[in-house]
Amino acid sequence: MELPGARKSHDVVIEIGGFPIEVQTTDAAFERILRGRYGDYIKPGAASQFALRVQLSGPGVADPDADAEVWLEDREWKMVRGDFRASWNPAERRGQVFQTANPYSIDSVLRIVHTLMLAPEGGFLLHASSAVRNGKAFLFSGLSEAGKTTIARLAPADATLLTDEASYVRKVDGRYFAYGTPFAGELGAPGKNISAPVAALYLLKKAADNRIEEIDPADAIQRLLRNILFFAHQSELVRQVFESACAFVAAVPVFQLSFFPDQRVWELIG
Amino acid sequence: MYLTQSADIAARTIGDDTIIMSTLDSTVFMLNSVGTAIWNAADGATPLSQIVHERVCPEFDVSDEQALADAMEFVDKLVKHGILLISDSPVPPKEAQ
Repeated sequence: MELPGARKSHDVVIEIGGFPIEVQTTDAAFERILRGRYGDYIKPGAASQFALRVQLSGPGVADPDADAEVWLEDREWKMVRGDFRASWNPAERRGQVFQTANPYSIDSVLRIVHTLMLAPEGGFLLHASSAVRNGKAFLFSGLSEAGKTTIARLAPADATLLTDEASYVRKVDGRYFAYGTPFAGELGAPGKNISAPVAALYLLKKAADNRIEEIDPADAIQRLLRNILFFAHQSELVRQVFESACAFVAAVPVFQLSFFPDQRVWELIG
Repeated sequence: MYLTQSADIAARTIGDDTIIMSTLDSTVFMLNSVGTAIWNAADGATPLSQIVHERVCPEFDVSDEQALADAMEFVDKLVKHGILLISDSPVPPKEAQ
């Protein structure tokens, strides 16, 4: 029997990169939004050590394309953008989000929280599409218009797409793994929720033909740093990201992939 | 002019190059071998003119005058981003980062 005035829980656990976060809400419509948005990344009945309590508010003037401000205050991360404000306590593994009932705000908060969780362990989110082929993950990185979505669209049938927008890289027992993410770019479709060891990172450059070229490690680190997503310019976090980029380049082959946008480029991958 | 490396950076030398990231604004710099030579000698105690004379000129076959002018330009760029700190007198070791 439900007590008068009691609010039913509509919590869902969203697991990305092996981190299950319970998104807590009392709103049935918002739960439906989450289920529609995160599909295979929702783990019914899964236990989670991480939680985000979402408090929904009425509609307001908001710009989901604005830059989020993220800062550390009293050991708690604060995040503010036109369409949400949120906090994340890394020690308690708990946070709160104030937003309207839309999928974009919670999506941005999840991206930020995941970058904050990944940084201390040497992982990161990267502006990159990624795919698994022959049991190995390949990352294709570049800024806007570099060809991330293009190369994802050209992937052959035996390649499984992890994302066309934001690749999820974790360091597990000294090895780097790429995980599927629901963070979609122009393709508009989430990646497959699987993971594989990273075999190579390709920095994309559109060209008249296809070729792979080695990159000097210092140049690779500099270019990798340009493409790692991090939202807070806090000293300790910046140092962690810097060290992560150096360690990644020391462990994973990084190449420049010049490519002409047709399927032949995939003959070089895998 | 004396140079000191800022504490607000993360840096790594790989081969002849050095990558430096400002922890204040996340700006990334890549120094070539000449820049790396100056960077490594920025101990707060050695004047820039001496660094150039002893570390840059013999190594890179350039005149003192030209090397110093280039070094000043290089230093100015890093100072603007808070990567290097400059002073008119030597910096005691405990204050040098």
